[in-house]
Amino acid sequence: MKAKVYVTLKPSVLDPQGKAIHHSVELLGYEQIEDVRQGKYFEIALDANVSEIDARQTAEQIAKNVLANPVIEDYRVEIA
Amino acid sequence: MKFGVIVFPGSNCDHDAYHVLSKHVGQPVDFVWHKQTDLNGYDALIVPGGFSYGDYLRAGALAKFSPVMNAVKDFAAAGKFVFGVCNGFQILCEAGLLPGALMRNSNLHFVCRHVNVRVENGATPFTSELGRGEVLSIPIAHAEGNYVCDDRTLAELEANKQIVFRYCDENGETTAEANPNGSLSNIAGILNREGNVLGMMPHPERACEELLGSNDGRDIFRSLTKAIEKSVA
Repeated sequence: MKAKVYVTLKPSVLDPQGKAIHHSVELLGYEQIEDVRQGKYFEIALDANVSEIDARQTAEQIAKNVLANPVIEDYRVEIA
Repeated sequence: MKFGVIVFPGSNCDHDAYHVLSKHVGQPVDFVWHKQTDLNGYDALIVPGGFSYGDYLRAGALAKFSPVMNAVKDFAAAGKFVFGVCNGFQILCEAGLLPGALMRNSNLHFVCRHVNVRVENGATPFTSELGRGEVLSIPIAHAEGNYVCDDRTLAELEANKQIVFRYCDENGETTAEANPNGSLSNIAGILNREGNVLGMMPHPERACEELLGSNDGRDIFRSLTKAIEKSVA
């Protein structure tokens, strides 16, 4: 069982790194790009015996308490 | 009176803080390893700068899980003084002892130079020896000092006079040009609501000797010493 956690900056928070990446992408000639936002991706391997519900609950807790800072970030959990 | 300087794996301003407290403030001080959980006997704690846990995940994010941090929370809740500098400020925000967060500098650079900061509140335990409006020259050295918080938190910080330092020019004007990292409202340092926990990005412990270009940081530590004297009297 694997939990995938995506951590992204809240839409209201400016992302200077994403802006710099956007600028570099434009330098490559991609003119149709409107915006780039940088985030983080985590893979959490869980014991195979864990139910999907428990896996989701555990991953949500880890995302909330460790992986994301709720002041500036949102998170999303997928179970695979 | 006794100070403790907390040492995490990756702290690197712990010795500077120790030096200033012992030599320039003239008070007993211990290093406190991050696995220690008994903080009895200390009157104030310094959470020093550096790169705790290599800044992995986010600056200060992993240090908040060190065993000492639960004791630091109890220490702060008991009204004792906690002073976080640079990475220490980031740790205190991550741990929820101070509101808001510190993000990547808006210019994306690691900025290492002297900046001017204006004392916004001279009536705190950390600034009583300074006057409101006074301009201090103190070095910064960080890549994640861009203070952010939501509008409601900012309004609360303003209303409760919790903004203690703002980046400014040499005349004390808080211009956009004088803001080295994009911090909201030029914020360089804030206090908790109760007034006993301060976090700031500039390094006053690196500004306590003329030889190092400025001794403007000394009065912050002297203020804190006076506040401790008052609190234990």
